[in-house]
Amino acid sequence: MSRATTSDKVVDERVYEVHELTRVEGEGSLRLRVKDGEVIEARLGIFETPRYFEQLVVGRTPDEVIDMVARICGICPVAYQMSAVHGFEDLFGVRIDPQSRALRRLLYCGEWIESHALHIYLLHAPDFLGYESGIAMAADHRPLVEQALKMKKAGNHLIKILGGRPIHPVSVRVGGWSRAPRVSELKEHRAALEDGLAFALETVKVVAGFTMPAFAREPRVVSLRHPAEYPFSDGRIVSSDGVDLRPSAWRDAFEEFQVEGSNALHARSLDGKGVYLLGPAARVVLAGEQLHPLAKEALAASGYAELIRTNIYASIVARAVELVHAFAEAIDIIDAYQVPAEPLVAWHSRPGVAAWATEAPRGLLFHRYEVDESGRIRAAQIVPPTSQNQAAIEADLVVAAKQILDLPHAEATRRLEQMIRSYDPCISCATHFLDLRIEEA
Amino acid sequence: MAHAPVAARPRVGVVKFASCDGCQLTLLDLEDELLSVVEHFDIVDFPEATSARSAGPYDVLFVEGSVSEPAHLERIVELRRKTRLLVTIGACATAGGIQALRNWADHDAFRAGVYSNPEWIASLARSTPIAEHVTVDAELRGCPIDPGQLVELLTALTTGRRPQLPDEAVCMECKRRGVVCVMVSKGIPCLGQVTQTGCGAICPRFGRGCYGCFGPREQANTAGLTSHFQVAGDRPREEIGRLFAGFTAYSEPFRSMVTELGGVRAGHGTTTTTAPAPRGGKA
Repeated sequence: MSRATTSDKVVDERVYEVHELTRVEGEGSLRLRVKDGEVIEARLGIFETPRYFEQLVVGRTPDEVIDMVARICGICPVAYQMSAVHGFEDLFGVRIDPQSRALRRLLYCGEWIESHALHIYLLHAPDFLGYESGIAMAADHRPLVEQALKMKKAGNHLIKILGGRPIHPVSVRVGGWSRAPRVSELKEHRAALEDGLAFALETVKVVAGFTMPAFAREPRVVSLRHPAEYPFSDGRIVSSDGVDLRPSAWRDAFEEFQVEGSNALHARSLDGKGVYLLGPAARVVLAGEQLHPLAKEALAASGYAELIRTNIYASIVARAVELVHAFAEAIDIIDAYQVPAEPLVAWHSRPGVAAWATEAPRGLLFHRYEVDESGRIRAAQIVPPTSQNQAAIEADLVVAAKQILDLPHAEATRRLEQMIRSYDPCISCATHFLDLRIEEA
Repeated sequence: MAHAPVAARPRVGVVKFASCDGCQLTLLDLEDELLSVVEHFDIVDFPEATSARSAGPYDVLFVEGSVSEPAHLERIVELRRKTRLLVTIGACATAGGIQALRNWADHDAFRAGVYSNPEWIASLARSTPIAEHVTVDAELRGCPIDPGQLVELLTALTTGRRPQLPDEAVCMECKRRGVVCVMVSKGIPCLGQVTQTGCGAICPRFGRGCYGCFGPREQANTAGLTSHFQVAGDRPREEIGRLFAGFTAYSEPFRSMVTELGGVRAGHGTTTTTAPAPRGGKA
């Protein structure tokens, strides 16, 4: 903060800066400059080193790609496997067993649970309750943190039953599963999921009781929507202003572009309307009708059904509502589960474009692969939710700026960090997508 | 490793280089142990989990990720100076990670030909393991690391004993668990006999061949296994090369197999069967 007297007026320029954001996945920074009450710079910097995944998968087979792209993110590896496998199955015309499809949803439930529980309690709640970390929070709120860890464990264990380990599971294959679980393996986990569901319902009440900073911007929202189920891997890409596309057709409405100072590409819509929001709040707004009845009820009782449209800080409530949904649906899937008649159906490669979008915990994740005559990847494009949310984050920094100017500088900076965490940014995810312009010579 | 507790309540840091965060997340995934772990260890720097920061010194530093951009070169040396025991966690830190596949590509041409603004991006020609740059006191392998091995290491640190980490092949794990061999029964190519165990033989248990994410075990006979794949499976060289071209490809002897057999497509969109030798020194 500095005040300098120029010839005719006092210039008030304030800089709010965080060189390394904490309690987010990956390496990012924040910089906001406000001059005489006007925002002159609002930037989410991403300095995580690029790893060139879109180039690494060139020459590989679809099943190898499923293993490789998981490594983009340790928190949401399943999302990467899901967008890839659905794209390949769509191109190759593979029809998986209905129970295999149910298991895919179950796997996604596991990931949403571990990711949302981690974010709500270990990364985001400390902002609302005034702690430096979830671990520090445990000193005063031990039962809360213990329950959070139990929920997280229940989600991780679900992934482990289905895929061998919680991070980078191994069983998702084009055509279904390399191994489908026995009914008893899933039933044994049911009690832990019931406990998790009870605490997820409690979680909605806990986070709805947090003091939310004032904030008002109603963003365009984008997510998948399906007529009969809450969106994981199927449906249409829809927006609050009329986008309606197959999950393969993301590029018909959106594009990526490079911005200096960020190791992640940004995204925008082709209609010139610019920024949009992805993630739990977007999904609840667009697809809330398909939430599990228990989740729908919890949302209504929270009093946040409307506020999540305009107050980004309240996304923690949307995340908690989805936690309820994921537990409730996981239990329903397990109750109806039978071992698939054919866990892995035969398939044949065909050349063309394999493209699909699914709902990662943080929002819509789009993959596109060009497959050649020999069944290998010729080119790839991966558009993670955080790179799409970057522009919305920066737009919200501008709005937030006006609300923090009266706060002491350190507190104002903390408030901005809290706002950025509301997006649950996943920076490792966002960073690996610099080489999508690779074209074969 | 030390043979006495490193400190009464060691000051611990958790840092990352080029990685997916999955290995440091494994620490937070110790749901049953986490709250007691923090009683025994003073976690002074762990940006993914806490806003409290410390620039060191550290009694124990867990390093995730590979050295992958110019700034990493100085940073790892600086961190080493402030650290008593440096522990690398995961395939990126111990082997260079999946991003080390670019070590077989011509990185300079690759960047210049790819980016509209390559000057905005800082990255090294090679992704390399931490041990190529500084002394490493202990390592946990895997992509990701195994939570059981992490607990074993933490326990060993508190008592000052050597951690008990297996150095045998995945094959042994399969035999012990009574897993039917996927190579013998289904003809699925499997790296189990040349890969160090620690994962619990997950892939064979899930009906797949091992893809080597814990890296080569000592004296791994990769040439012999390759001959077997060629003779018994009648597999083309490049297909076998791709088996080794995974998350620990840059560890010898996997590295030599990838160089010899091919399997990594370079930046120009062609499959290289004769990869350029790693450029020592240039990093």
